[in-house]
Amino acid sequence: MGVRVLKSGMADSLRDAGRFGFQHLGIPPGGAMDNVAMQVVNILVGNPIGAVVMEMHYPAPQLEFNSPALMALSGADFQATIDGVEIALNQPMLVPTGSVIKFNKPVSGARCYLGVKGGFEADEWLGSKTTNNFAVRGGYQGRNLQKADWVAFAKPFSYEVEEPAVMPWTANVRELYPQGPCYLIPGAEYELLDAASKQCLIQEAFQIATNSNRMGYRLQSAPMHLGEYKECLSSGVGFGTLQLLPDAQTILLMADHQTTAGYPRLGHVASVSLPTLAQLNAGDSIRFQLIDMKTAESLYAAQEKHLRQLKNACNFRLQEYLSND
Amino acid sequence: MEKPFPYRIYPIGDQALTLDFGNLINDEINRCVMALFYWLKEEDLHGIKDIIPAYASISVVYDASLIRKWAGNGSAYAYMEDYLTQALQPLDLQALPSSRELRIPVCYHQSLAPDLLELCQEKQMDLDEFVAIHTAIPYRVYMIGFLPGFAYMGSLDERIVAPRKQTPRTHVAAGSVGIAGVQTGIYPFASPGGWQLIGQTPMTLFNANDDQPSLFQPGDLVQFEAISIDQFYQLKNKPS
Repeated sequence: MGVRVLKSGMADSLRDAGRFGFQHLGIPPGGAMDNVAMQVVNILVGNPIGAVVMEMHYPAPQLEFNSPALMALSGADFQATIDGVEIALNQPMLVPTGSVIKFNKPVSGARCYLGVKGGFEADEWLGSKTTNNFAVRGGYQGRNLQKADWVAFAKPFSYEVEEPAVMPWTANVRELYPQGPCYLIPGAEYELLDAASKQCLIQEAFQIATNSNRMGYRLQSAPMHLGEYKECLSSGVGFGTLQLLPDAQTILLMADHQTTAGYPRLGHVASVSLPTLAQLNAGDSIRFQLIDMKTAESLYAAQEKHLRQLKNACNFRLQEYLSND
Repeated sequence: MEKPFPYRIYPIGDQALTLDFGNLINDEINRCVMALFYWLKEEDLHGIKDIIPAYASISVVYDASLIRKWAGNGSAYAYMEDYLTQALQPLDLQALPSSRELRIPVCYHQSLAPDLLELCQEKQMDLDEFVAIHTAIPYRVYMIGFLPGFAYMGSLDERIVAPRKQTPRTHVAAGSVGIAGVQTGIYPFASPGGWQLIGQTPMTLFNANDDQPSLFQPGDLVQFEAISIDQFYQLKNKPS
């Protein structure tokens, strides 16, 4: 039971919430870029929220189900079709053996997630199943998916499906992705910025450069400077850390970030804004808004609560649907 | 700690914070960092996901939802800030495990050391003298970061201190020994890199199949030993 990769995409990989507990050895967490979409697809198919999902970029792969499955897509809209029929994001769906899923064009977002009931089978490394492309461990043989790969389900799905059936409910994810500015908690070197640069940080647009990836987004903006340039000793950084580089431009660290760094830290993106950020493409612009810790914590708590409520509602409907059939 | 070093605690996000002793490379401060690291590991507070010791700081990554419960639905950050401050009190540097001593063979042959000749010329020093200085003392592993298993070691004798390359290389061979400022380190993987390369070790520094994948651990003492190019290839080709 599983899916066959008929055609590979640009960078498709298996992801969970990340590999924690080894950053002191330089090993980054490397979980799903859009943690919310990963949770949403798992919730929709009734998995634990951290079950292994497939993260896809555009061009995305073409996949064939060789057994019936309960699946869901969330995150970026790549205009997915099953056997030629367009399917919506954020809706659970039963598909029969032989169904082919294709992604036809990038409509919005940067990363689409596919979840299946039972999750995907993946190699475990240091307590997590997420792919580490560098150490070539975790996920699918430690690498991105290729044509002809066979990605099995971690648990068999024993439900007969004759034809594709979309379930009559949708997860409303809009509130899980704050629109407008990206919330930023001031970093340790923020106060050292000169006055013009402080203005720049909250007023200017920061454009994501083409050499951006899962490790980090290179941002282009008006130059920013510290009153006095200071290189710090390397210390811990995280997903969302905004660093000022010597060329007066910035880099925003993403899911595959290095564990430590020494450039001045202007700020750290609040957890609630990370999923929105993960759905941006090269060429898109970011505007920052500074917020304090209290606000960041309560926004994140609200997002988590929203996800819990979604999970309860979906579990209820899914159980009802599958048992009444 | 009886006489604590001055420090400050600041957020590095809403689910991580850093306790920072300042911009100092100093054995005693780094020993404090490691004492904190072991104390936190031992305490194993549910909700702490990662502890990242560095030269003079320690960062703690936590799950805000879990910590908020310990904080009685108050601020997870305030709870963690308090927790780290409290952690400084019982610190006992005497209780630190003694440093492991590792001997690492390094070949300083110019075919493996693309920056060594130029450095020696700049410093008006002959090659043997440079190697003798680099291998004269054991170095402390202050921290691991940048790449899986990349150990930041120091401090170098001031006679061989050298800045990073103006333009980083796009490819540095695995095992390359580099220097940057007062630091020395080894690239465990082939990667881009900006350190001046002065030699190469034949040893494997990161083995993903081991439960403890990194050869180096923070707090180790590392003694480099010069080997010939013949020895280098013998060791390199030896099945492990």
